Amino acid sequence: MTRREPADPPASAQPALLARGTLADRGELLGGLMLAPALAYVALLAGIPFLLAIALSFSDATAGSLRFGWAGLRNYAAILSDPVFRRALWNTIVVTVGSQALVIVLATAAAQVFRASFPGKRVARFVLLLPWAVPVSLAAIAWEWIFDSTFSVINWTLKAAGLLHGWLYWLGEPTLALLAVIIVQAWRIFPFATVIVLAGLTSIPQEILEAATVDGAGFWRRLFQIELPLLLPVTSVAVLFGTVYTATDLGVVYVLTGGGPANSTHVLPTLAFQRGILGADLGQGAAIAVFLLPLLLVVAILMLRLARHTEVGVR
Amino acid sequence: MASVEIRNLRKKFGSVWAVDGVDLTIRDGEFLVLLGPSGCGKTTLLRSIAGLERPSAGEILIGGQRVDEDVPPRHRGIAMVFQSYALYPHRTVFENIAFPLRAAHAPRRNIEEKVRWAAGVFGISAYLDRYPRQLSGGERQRVALCRALVRDPKVLLLDEPLANLDAKLRNTARDELKRFQRQIGTTTVYVTHDQIEAMGLGDRVAIMDRGKVRQLGTPQRVYEDPDDTFVATFVGQPPMNLLRLCDGAGPPGTLLGFRPEHFLPRAVLRAAEDARSFRFHVRRVEYLGSDRYLYGTLPDQCDPSPTFIAKLPATIGTPVLEGEAYEFAVPVRALCYFDSTSGLRRRG
Repeated sequence: MTRREPADPPASAQPALLARGTLADRGELLGGLMLAPALAYVALLAGIPFLLAIALSFSDATAGSLRFGWAGLRNYAAILSDPVFRRALWNTIVVTVGSQALVIVLATAAAQVFRASFPGKRVARFVLLLPWAVPVSLAAIAWEWIFDSTFSVINWTLKAAGLLHGWLYWLGEPTLALLAVIIVQAWRIFPFATVIVLAGLTSIPQEILEAATVDGAGFWRRLFQIELPLLLPVTSVAVLFGTVYTATDLGVVYVLTGGGPANSTHVLPTLAFQRGILGADLGQGAAIAVFLLPLLLVVAILMLRLARHTEVGVR
Repeated sequence: MASVEIRNLRKKFGSVWAVDGVDLTIRDGEFLVLLGPSGCGKTTLLRSIAGLERPSAGEILIGGQRVDEDVPPRHRGIAMVFQSYALYPHRTVFENIAFPLRAAHAPRRNIEEKVRWAAGVFGISAYLDRYPRQLSGGERQRVALCRALVRDPKVLLLDEPLANLDAKLRNTARDELKRFQRQIGTTTVYVTHDQIEAMGLGDRVAIMDRGKVRQLGTPQRVYEDPDDTFVATFVGQPPMNLLRLCDGAGPPGTLLGFRPEHFLPRAVLRAAEDARSFRFHVRRVEYLGSDRYLYGTLPDQCDPSPTFIAKLPATIGTPVLEGEAYEFAVPVRALCYFDSTSGLRRRG
């Protein structure tokens, strides 16, 4: 072993090679990489079918044949002149608007309840979230029993309470059937909306609510003049989600009424399914399904604008 | 306007008494400051008066009427300004100020008139159409005050209303606040942890610690004549020096207190002045422009380790060097004696 001369500069004094950045340091590349699976998922399972649906809606394709002829606007003309379609379109709007209106009221009320602390709150919150976790088909079967023409618990309860003298054929009468659909849709979205409104409620500074209390506002004034306006951005997001979920839902109507009686409770998704898959007219089915798109787009844009315009206070 | 009377008030949070037996009378038209470190219970006391907290025990009377049991905030005749101002972000300044009037179902014409009048008093007439987010901190604070005072409350409650302003603005805001209060003459309870605000604003100051009022008195009284060591060291910047006496001069367990500004070179005092002298070993000199702070020890005392502070105003030019020892003295009239176990003042 030769001892180094003390005069020798130590090795570390030479400009050492600095460690190179790793992939984790390259935000733009890493970001793209991590986003890729999600993008692929959306493109393959939503994007392509979506484009396919648009293409199909302009074709005369049918199930069981590979023919794909250009049909122009014929499918759209056909459905627009079809009273069943117009009824389904109307039903979609009625069910969506009705269920969302119901959800707003119920979710706001429930959020007020869940903001307070009471014994058993955790259990109650768990129960509240259950409808969100139950598969639609399973839930619809339970509801089918609730609305059953013979065993309907609603009817029997009303009867026992002496409030009902005739008999309600929930799923047999168009208006009642539509009401039943609205109730089930509202029940389905309600937990989600409550959680969102609750989150919005807790984000309102406590001091603002206390200021309103000290300023002399009672419960209702505080609710309508302070809390609800401040909740508007959050509520509109909940409504937007609820609208999209409800308007595009196939399961509830399909299981509950199957579109009956006499095609009177069809909504666009069930009608599209009936025409396109069961009826094998892919072109018309696609046209019905695609018809929803511009409607939902307009709703989404309006809602998001509303949310942005009312976003106040929090900077 | 009304007086506020608090009798043996107690409030428990979990296992902690946030307010632990407070007796306090706030006179009609008085500006009373609740001063104390954070967590001393001052805000809880204020919120109890407002009706935002329900006391665990005790009584609160506003204008001679008992309110603590089931009189809601809106019927107590109080108004409150919060630390964050708590303006309604979705309402214009006008609507913010009008809110308490609308809640009280005031006639429409009256509302307009009162809001414009109040906005004039606070100099915010130009901002009535703006939203709170478009205002500066000082303007928001005035809107909050305006909203509080617009419906002529009997008692005005202020929770650290200047804490969110920058230091420069705080001075002018303090001056304005005092002016408004004098002009309007509303009984005011003001919570702060800032002793300068407390001393500058209060007709009287209540100093709180661990849920209890340690001393209540004029700013001058609590500063010059503290009732215990907590008040002595909490009020005053730098705090009062406390020296443990063990030379057998006083009864055992005596603490001797003196303010840094009374702890001066012996030569500065008049020769005839009856003063107690100490040898002061100066460790560090802090030059602060208008004052010099001298940090050092008293080597001749039985416990020479604690640090003592002398505050020399710029008018005293005596040269002082770090590392040197000097003869310093405190006039006897400026000495306070405390019991070292209870911390209470020993008078006479």
